[in-house]
Amino acid sequence: MCGIVGLYLKDKSLEPELGSMLSSMLCVMTDRGPDSAGFAIYGQGNPDQVKLSLRTASDFDVSDLESELADVSGGRPSVMKRATHTLLTIPAGKEAAVRNAIAARFPEIAVVGSGTRMEIFKEVGLPADVASRFDLSRMTGTHGIGHTRMATESAVTTDGAHPFSTGRDQCLVHNGSLSNHAGVRRMLTHAGLTFTTDNDSEVAAGYLSWRMQKGASLGEALRESLDDLDGFYTFVVGTESGFGVLRDPIACKPAVMAETDRYVAFGSEYRALVNLPGVANAKVWEPEPSTPYFWESAA
Amino acid sequence: MNMIENETSFDLRKSTLRELNQTLHNLGSKPAARCWRVQNPDGAHAIAAGVKAPITIDVEGHVGYYCAGMNQLATVIVHGNAGVGVAENMMSGIVHVKGDASQAAGATAHGGTLIVNGNASARCGISMKGVDILVKGSIGHMSAFMGQAGSLVVLGNAGEALGDSIYEARLFVRGSVASLGADCIEKTMRDKDKAYLAEKLKAAGVAGEVDVAEFKRYGSARRLYNFHIDNAGAY
Repeated sequence: MCGIVGLYLKDKSLEPELGSMLSSMLCVMTDRGPDSAGFAIYGQGNPDQVKLSLRTASDFDVSDLESELADVSGGRPSVMKRATHTLLTIPAGKEAAVRNAIAARFPEIAVVGSGTRMEIFKEVGLPADVASRFDLSRMTGTHGIGHTRMATESAVTTDGAHPFSTGRDQCLVHNGSLSNHAGVRRMLTHAGLTFTTDNDSEVAAGYLSWRMQKGASLGEALRESLDDLDGFYTFVVGTESGFGVLRDPIACKPAVMAETDRYVAFGSEYRALVNLPGVANAKVWEPEPSTPYFWESAA
Repeated sequence: MNMIENETSFDLRKSTLRELNQTLHNLGSKPAARCWRVQNPDGAHAIAAGVKAPITIDVEGHVGYYCAGMNQLATVIVHGNAGVGVAENMMSGIVHVKGDASQAAGATAHGGTLIVNGNASARCGISMKGVDILVKGSIGHMSAFMGQAGSLVVLGNAGEALGDSIYEARLFVRGSVASLGADCIEKTMRDKDKAYLAEKLKAAGVAGEVDVAEFKRYGSARRLYNFHIDNAGAY
């Protein structure tokens, strides 16, 4: 099954409440996905820096990262630990060197995402526990997406939890199952992408990243995926400045959207949107099959 | 639960859904209160499912899946949007959605009337078995799939594969049809069909709002009723 949510704020005054709003949406979707949960938040960012979202052991001493990565990250990197995840902020140009150093020196650490503004947190466990472990309700930002997982296509592990990120500031959550993910993964691997799991949703994320690398806009990439991805899907996608939704042509997987002057919200079910401010008077609709929906702010 | 002058209201932020539905299920054929009000439905699933009493239930907001499923005798009015499977397997009574309905509205319903003021998504009236469905907006793809009996009247447009593998359900669409499903064809609008449609429009409370001459009629070509060896390649 799985539950997915997304929230894109138009009204800046809501930005301090992004985390609490998204947390409420995520927890309502527990019935649809009690195995694991995860979310991506687009918060503050400095264009000269990149934030790496790392998954570490909960007793990992982050000062090791500061000292061990200083040589490749142009001085001691800034680190912030939240439970099993750590945000590592480094100069944007050093990302490749730092990733290589992490892989060589800290093989137990997984890099789950990177971006100027995007931060990703995901874990096995009930959504409410995952949200509180990372203190989601106090996070701030412009937009975010989240996922509650009921695993079907790969194991219940943190690796299999969403969101999946395959490009800087790009991430995706997926409700459904892709039937041609093995073939698309092979094609994308030939094109130079790397995948860290056997998960079908990571392939969808990779596909969109690949199209956007080739110059497609978010809307164009979503439209192209209708031709190349086969199976059941409702996707919610985040980019640095945007937020998109796409359902497959059969549209088996549910989707409800709400829009007001202050925000655009997505939920697998309307229940997820009930606590949003003013939702009773929002425009509420079901996104059409095969139709990309996206909102982007001016950069 | 609050009771005033034959009207009983349930606030689903104060009572549980189970309490509401059990109370409705316990009503006899001559309930004291004929008017029921459900406040703060908040998208909950299965609101007023399985009701078998001649009452009117006003639901004040958006509902989740399977609202008014299996309905018999009751009039259920949703003042908002309905999730998947509203009025599924309805036997009799009226279900009126003032907003949009999600997928599979009126699925497998045997009788009664389903009215949707807005749009209905994919698979509206799938496997319908006698229900009368009227959608004032448009309907999504694969609507009336394997429809066996009843009527589906659409004031707007229909999505792809309308009436695929249809049996004897009667379909009337005023706007465009993206495509017809297997064994579904456009049929001549005869006087008796216009009279039938006028009767359905009247029953749904929209008599005089639209002209029956604006509709096209669709139904079964009756070529898929029985297995035919020449069709083996189609499966």
